[in-house]
Amino acid sequence: MTTPSRRPPLRHAMAWLALLPMAATVLWVYVGSVAWSLRVSLSSSRTLPIADFVGLRQYERLFDSERWTTSLRNMALFGALFIVGCLVLGLLLAVFIDRRVKGEGLLRTVFLYPYAMSFVATGLVWQWLLNPELGLQSTVRGWGLAGFNFDWIVRQDMVMVAIAIAAVWQASGLVMALLLAGLRGVDDSLWMAARIDGIPPWRVYASIVLPQLGPSFATAFVLLAVGVVKVFDVVVAMTQGGPGLASEVPAKFIIDNLFVRANIGLASAASSVLLLTVLALLAPWLYARGRAARRDARRLAPGQAQARPDMPGAPRRPAAGAGGA
Amino acid sequence: MTQAAITPPPLPAPRPAPARPGRRAAGLTLELLALALLALAGAAPAPALAQANRAEVIHWWTSGGESAAVKELAKAYTAAGGTWVDAAIAGGEQARSTAINRMVGGTPPTAAQFNTSRQFLDLIDSGMLNDVDAVAAHEGWDKLLPASILGAIRVKGHYYAVPVDIHMPAWFWYSKAAFAKAGIAAEPKTVDEFFAALDKLKAVGLVPLAFGGQPWQEKIAFYAWLAHAGGPEMYLRLYRDKDAAMVQGAPFKAFLASFKRLKNYVDAGSPNRNWNDATAMVISGKAGVQIMGDWAKGEFAAAHQSAGKDFGCFPGFGPHSPYLVAGDVFVFPKTADPAQRKSQQLMATVFTEPATQDAFSNSKGTIPISTDVDVQALDPCAQIGVAIMKDAARQLPSPEMLVSPDLEGALQDVVTKFWNTNESVDDAARAIAAALKS
Repeated sequence: MTTPSRRPPLRHAMAWLALLPMAATVLWVYVGSVAWSLRVSLSSSRTLPIADFVGLRQYERLFDSERWTTSLRNMALFGALFIVGCLVLGLLLAVFIDRRVKGEGLLRTVFLYPYAMSFVATGLVWQWLLNPELGLQSTVRGWGLAGFNFDWIVRQDMVMVAIAIAAVWQASGLVMALLLAGLRGVDDSLWMAARIDGIPPWRVYASIVLPQLGPSFATAFVLLAVGVVKVFDVVVAMTQGGPGLASEVPAKFIIDNLFVRANIGLASAASSVLLLTVLALLAPWLYARGRAARRDARRLAPGQAQARPDMPGAPRRPAAGAGGA
Repeated sequence: MTQAAITPPPLPAPRPAPARPGRRAAGLTLELLALALLALAGAAPAPALAQANRAEVIHWWTSGGESAAVKELAKAYTAAGGTWVDAAIAGGEQARSTAINRMVGGTPPTAAQFNTSRQFLDLIDSGMLNDVDAVAAHEGWDKLLPASILGAIRVKGHYYAVPVDIHMPAWFWYSKAAFAKAGIAAEPKTVDEFFAALDKLKAVGLVPLAFGGQPWQEKIAFYAWLAHAGGPEMYLRLYRDKDAAMVQGAPFKAFLASFKRLKNYVDAGSPNRNWNDATAMVISGKAGVQIMGDWAKGEFAAAHQSAGKDFGCFPGFGPHSPYLVAGDVFVFPKTADPAQRKSQQLMATVFTEPATQDAFSNSKGTIPISTDVDVQALDPCAQIGVAIMKDAARQLPSPEMLVSPDLEGALQDVVTKFWNTNESVDDAARAIAAALKS
């Protein structure tokens, strides 16, 4: 009577039991903390959480604060420089290694190595390199080029660029590794066909290979974007937010208010704003992916129930499978 | 013969197997869970061995001289019959937030270090601290302690913290060699003489002002300059009275301009320089003066330089200059345990005893909380400090004793912006007024 295809309910129960700790963690620790922060951000809490309700006063104060608006601007600038810089440099490195250069293993390690270092160590080293009295500038001047100027790290208008340079140096190796994996996944027959047709390699990359790297780019982008929102340690190590307020970032604002300035209400308001910013950026993207997934599902034969993707990442797989079949 | 070689019995067809291992596994899991719980229960708080007057103390004194100093406190407490459990946490902010988190979480330490400041005012307001009124009355703190310190630890008539040292956060440290090279004969006695000295240092190619361009150091320079160039009254009207009208007035703006004038005497590498790197510039004679707290003494000592011979120190300009007072205290979290309460009282008594104070101050480089101490054992700069502390009129409480950490931070943001950008004096004054009102 019982057919083996029917799953015994107990298996489900075991699966749920196994998932329970994680689910509880997510609910209590993550969602719970978010709800708690939102609540605190609506109170007048200073050193300790207070259960009163002051409406949006902390948010008003937040956006009155010049330091906070500067922080948001700096984060946007840093984000643009950092993400574009990493993607471009990482892609160039990946392509360079993909050309089967000699000593590939060594180079790959060398390029990926900075990522194994913490942002704090990176920041400290770059802080010395960029320091006008100790680093590059004084060294080059010592060689006789008296007019050489490289003092970005102490300049109001260029300090975020200096920080982005250090961050790009650190993270582009990771992008290289991700894109290299994507490049290696490109079918060799494409390359052979291109060679027969006499297409120059750069053209093959630009028109054939790169368009296939979408998922790799998306992964790299998400990882880098997360790094931008939480950027903190590299700034603390390099400039401590200075000179003046020129390199303040939101995460530092939050930490300072949370621990130094005994102002957890304001800090919670700031982190809520940060969370909303991330959600506002993510929502259109999730929505677009969701729509694309539904469209793909509809386009595939409606009878193939098992092909319906459950996850936003799934739709590519049926397409690839169709190509292979 | 291996197990695999045995052919399985062909009949009867087994019932769907998956369920059985599953159930067995579930049973096993539950048993394991129960066992684990039992084990936990067994390990759970067995009453600790009764230690006499056990006291767990959270502090952030972790550097060489500091930990030597805290050992003196521990030694004195142990000698008085207590058991000291040291909980050193590097970094003041980390140590303070750990202490607060433990108080909120219901497992407070016996004592926790704070600055002599308003950092623990919220804790008092929410009833999380024990007072030490009995000790204060018995030891006569009202007579013993300087008024500025009393103002920070006495709230609504109750004493909530025991002070252990007095810091002076804004000494002027100068290199004797640099001053000699620049032809500066005597320590400057006025603001004008100070600027003249800086000009002379600049003229001989030295960095006149060794400056660490981090916001907290800029803040120290700012309030030191406010106390000396603006004067104690202007200082108190800003920090004590939060007088927003005063900061928009002409005298305050003149002070702001004078403060910004100091920027002409720092080098290009000053942004984000650590304070001890700036001190090193004075030690090596590359720079003339640094405005920094008395903890800089440790750097000179480590470089085998002695006060009066290799370097000099003055707390301000002239014989009547104000003397800024800061320091460290221990607070005592509220506890229902009478034994803990007893430990707290014992600590408060022991920490303020003259013998403890002498030993502690010598290691720490600070000056003792009361002035009736043997000054011979102290270094020359500390001796100057003790002498000044006898004159109540010269003492000025440091800003952190007068304003909340929140406002202090907001003012620091204004100062660092003013120092590092081309912001006008008017805009800076307006920003300070706005910070005072928020």
